[in-house]
Amino acid sequence: MFEHTEHDAKSSHALMEISDVSKIFTTKHATLPAVDGVNLTVNAGEVLCLVGESGCGKTTTARMAAGLSKPTAGTISYDGQDIWSLDKAGFGNFRTAVQYVHQDPYASLNPIRTVEATLTAPLRKHGLAKNGKEAWEQATQLLRRVNLTPPENYLSKFPHQLSGGQRQRVAVARALSLDPKLIIADESTSMLDVSIRVAMLNMLGSLRDDLGVGFLFITHDLAIAKYFGWQGRTAVMYLGKVVEYGPTPEVINNPQHPYTRALLDAVPEPDPDAAARKLEGGGLKSAEIPSLANLPSGCSFHPRCPIAEDGLCDVKEPALAPVARRSVSCHVVQREDGHPGDRIRPPEPAGATSTS
Amino acid sequence: MADAIAALGGTVPGAPADAGAARSRGQGVFAQLTRSPSGFAGLILVVLIVGMSVLGPLVVSPPVSDVNLAWNGPSGAHWLGTNGSGQDVLKLIVRGGQVVIFVGFGAAALTTVIAVAIGALAAYFRGRFDAIMLQITDIVMTVPQIVLLAVMGAFFQLDSPVALAALLGFLTWPVLMRSIRAQVLSLKEREFVEAARLLNLGTWRIVFVEIVPNMASYILINFIIAVTNAIYALAGLYLLGLAPMSGSNWGIMINDAWTSGAMFNPLAVLYILAPVAMIVLLNLGLIMLSRSLEEIINPRLRDS
Repeated sequence: MFEHTEHDAKSSHALMEISDVSKIFTTKHATLPAVDGVNLTVNAGEVLCLVGESGCGKTTTARMAAGLSKPTAGTISYDGQDIWSLDKAGFGNFRTAVQYVHQDPYASLNPIRTVEATLTAPLRKHGLAKNGKEAWEQATQLLRRVNLTPPENYLSKFPHQLSGGQRQRVAVARALSLDPKLIIADESTSMLDVSIRVAMLNMLGSLRDDLGVGFLFITHDLAIAKYFGWQGRTAVMYLGKVVEYGPTPEVINNPQHPYTRALLDAVPEPDPDAAARKLEGGGLKSAEIPSLANLPSGCSFHPRCPIAEDGLCDVKEPALAPVARRSVSCHVVQREDGHPGDRIRPPEPAGATSTS
Repeated sequence: MADAIAALGGTVPGAPADAGAARSRGQGVFAQLTRSPSGFAGLILVVLIVGMSVLGPLVVSPPVSDVNLAWNGPSGAHWLGTNGSGQDVLKLIVRGGQVVIFVGFGAAALTTVIAVAIGALAAYFRGRFDAIMLQITDIVMTVPQIVLLAVMGAFFQLDSPVALAALLGFLTWPVLMRSIRAQVLSLKEREFVEAARLLNLGTWRIVFVEIVPNMASYILINFIIAVTNAIYALAGLYLLGLAPMSGSNWGIMINDAWTSGAMFNPLAVLYILAPVAMIVLLNLGLIMLSRSLEEIINPRLRDS
């Protein structure tokens, strides 16, 4: 499963490698393969967007990448070393180098600690600030970094005195406090108002460009993946597997996997006439997501897939293989090698405009 | 723990710009206390009774025994009358609170510290430590307290207030420990705890600085309830004659009045009622105070 090494080779070194990672949750009634054999790489200073609908295993993958949960199979390596075989000091270094920004800024800040206490605790603990005054100065710098100015106005505030966008900025400032190499942003902008979201993305983009921080950016919104991860790569997940993985412009402007196409078709259409002409369910045969406990045979997407072929897709599981400058796991697309013609897109009514 | 205390008080040390904010926040606490009439009345009761008991022995001379004055009713010289030894009851009341209050607060502090430390750590670590601690709470909770106190009182010389406080404290922690454990089990799954783990802040700090202060008002209120419980338990011990009868305090006064048949003597009724009233008023004040403390500690309620 190293088909996509051609993408990896162009950048200097892999900061984080997720190799053949699976996470199987076992409950009393069923085993749930939340993540199944995922291979991803994040290079230093690069953005990797992880896209998919709810329950596809994005967050589980992110939590494993952050070392918050242990994969049931496969390895997560940071700087070339398997994080679960590191000694205590090594794991501590990994912990501080890889930071996580949660989805919900209302839950991720301690309600009884001021912004200052939240920001100075890691600085003091890890010796980045020797005394209270230094910690205070560094905290003001962190707040400036995330555009909360003047910082003095925010330091003594409690989280409940801040708006959602301000809280999320504080959460980012906290993640930056230990000078991380990789930030895992788990739907970090999805709870913010649209107007604030762009400012937030621009701020994160400046961290990426100015500080060279790598991002594992998780989102269900392809527009955000496109906006934030244009120079990086995008992986599309479906039911615990990566179905399409490649440079963001390729994946978003020229999607190959029928699921990626459906996701792009599901992006709301600003023109109501065009929206009305759009097919129900984004051209999928069914809008229902199969249960992880009872996955379909063969390709797990085949019950919903508009181009599924009987006797092939419902029997044999597809593997990721290079197609048109990215990797795709789809028998039909692989066979037609990036020229599936009109077969992927279901017939649209005359006059319908393409959304991608 | 310094940070935990800072969090309890709501001020953050070490920040030059914060001094003014801390002062105004301190004034805010006082304003909050005076805003709720019952909370303020409770505060006044507690401050008056504790102040009297702490300062009383320094100001008021010990009452002298005078057989000629035995069982006198209230008079200008003896406002609350005298007891069977002719001692002034008012002086006994003023001088008799120290031990009761010390044992009450000492036992409550001990039980709260044990309960919070063990409950929080057991919930955070789970596993073997948790299982063992739960077994211990089962055992301690099953032992009938008053019987154990009777046996302990009979076998050991419980002649120092410290020993009494320790005994009461060690017997009462399991109930609070269980509820602290339950709350930490829920709090530790919150995302801000995960964020603290990601920042590698250290287990000790995560448990006692990030998690425990979130329960500050709950802990403080339980501490106050523990004070009242310990005071009642101590009064019970004295009434049953299980605690040492050396010296003089409210508990010993109740016991003395009881054993010398004060309830059959109309002139001595104040001798038994006065210490009972002091204990009841102190506990009433503490409970009224605890009600308004919730609003003061929770920053969310404080500002609204």
